[in-house]
Amino acid sequence: MAGDPLAIAGLSLLVSATSTLLSACIAVPLGVALGLREVGSQRLLRNLVFTLYGLPPVLAGLLVFLLLSRDGPLGSLRLLYTPLGMVLAQVVVVAPIMLGITMSVVATVERRVKETALVLGADRRQLSMTVLREAYAGIVTAVMVGFGRAISEVGAVFIVGGHIEGNTQVLTTTIITDIRQAEYAHAMLIGVILLVIAATVYSFLYRLQERAMP
Amino acid sequence: MTMALTLEGLRKTFGDRAVLRGVDLHVEPGAVFALLGPSGVGKTTLLRCVDFLLPADAGTVLFGGRRAPPDAPGQLGLRRRIGMVAQNPYLFRGTVAYNVSFGLCVRGVEGEELERRTAEAMRLVGLEDRGGAPAGKLSAGEAQRVAFARAIVVRPELLLLDEFTANLDPANVRILETAVREFQRTTGATVLLVTHNLFQARRLAARAGLLLDGVIVETGEAKAFFEDPKDARTRAFVQGDFAY
Repeated sequence: MAGDPLAIAGLSLLVSATSTLLSACIAVPLGVALGLREVGSQRLLRNLVFTLYGLPPVLAGLLVFLLLSRDGPLGSLRLLYTPLGMVLAQVVVVAPIMLGITMSVVATVERRVKETALVLGADRRQLSMTVLREAYAGIVTAVMVGFGRAISEVGAVFIVGGHIEGNTQVLTTTIITDIRQAEYAHAMLIGVILLVIAATVYSFLYRLQERAMP
Repeated sequence: MTMALTLEGLRKTFGDRAVLRGVDLHVEPGAVFALLGPSGVGKTTLLRCVDFLLPADAGTVLFGGRRAPPDAPGQLGLRRRIGMVAQNPYLFRGTVAYNVSFGLCVRGVEGEELERRTAEAMRLVGLEDRGGAPAGKLSAGEAQRVAFARAIVVRPELLLLDEFTANLDPANVRILETAVREFQRTTGATVLLVTHNLFQARRLAARAGLLLDGVIVETGEAKAFFEDPKDARTRAFVQGDFAY
């Protein structure tokens, strides 16, 4: 059997939660600004975001691998085959998805809310805050989708993490290697743990979302 | 506080369709004026131009005899003296009280005054017991009453009502019309009511006018407008002979 399931689950959760948090820190403010049309060259940025939506994780993994490899621009950071390198790879995959959803949610909400807030006397700052408040549930959805993508991601973390036992083993890569080695029972166990983690995290995020929709 | 509203040669075109073709209209301060017209004639467009939601292509809007300031802060200051209720209002996520108090909050009203004025506005539309109810769970009639309460809670000098009781049941219509009378009586505000409902216009307005083909056809005292109109088109409209 390859690796302690709990340790693998712990690392998976840590890597995915960190990449989700980092992606949210980048994608949510940018998505709100783009959705509110406050950033210049927005059409170009939007096209770029939607292109990155379809970025295959293995390609993202390859790009991050080349960036972090010994001869790459960020090689001196020595992040290849480390959990932090896996976090970076997941951010490249997850952030565009969160950005795109946040942008769309804010843009859609804004059309309905903006006029009402303006008519009621809101200034520019109050208008932005009102739009954000109305978009809260959608932004939580963006985070949920991002986490789902991160925890289930396999291609990029395999390439950048290398699946080193006791160091960069995560749930999804473990399932792949278990199948290769015909360790089906262990693969199933890891799969169940993956589902339990996803259910627990989604249950928490659902509660956050419900609070926004009285 | 109240303000006169004057439109001079107001024009608005969407693509190749001229909706407003030079509207001239004067509403005296403290009056309730009903602007009538068939659906799709440009009544809502006119209100949106008055409340800065749409830029007019040409013409002038005077508030209390003065042009609107061209800058955003100036327009915000003026807009905060105007209230508007749409036909299908959007209610924010949150409670009834949150929605009703929104205009006060953005104006910096807080504490006891915020609570008192919010409660007064909810009482005016019969929602004094519904302050904690989620806005998303209201009936159409209750939602429209919330929209009216949040428009008048800030005591606007000019109140714009855009088909504000369309599709509501008679009980809700009566509550809202009573609220309009009470609000107007206690504040002396100017009210511009846009409607295609002749009965409502007769019940509420002291003066009335007909908008047709992008221009004002006729205005006058309500009694004369409805009972002895000068223009043949107005006569056809008030007698229900106008097909639209």
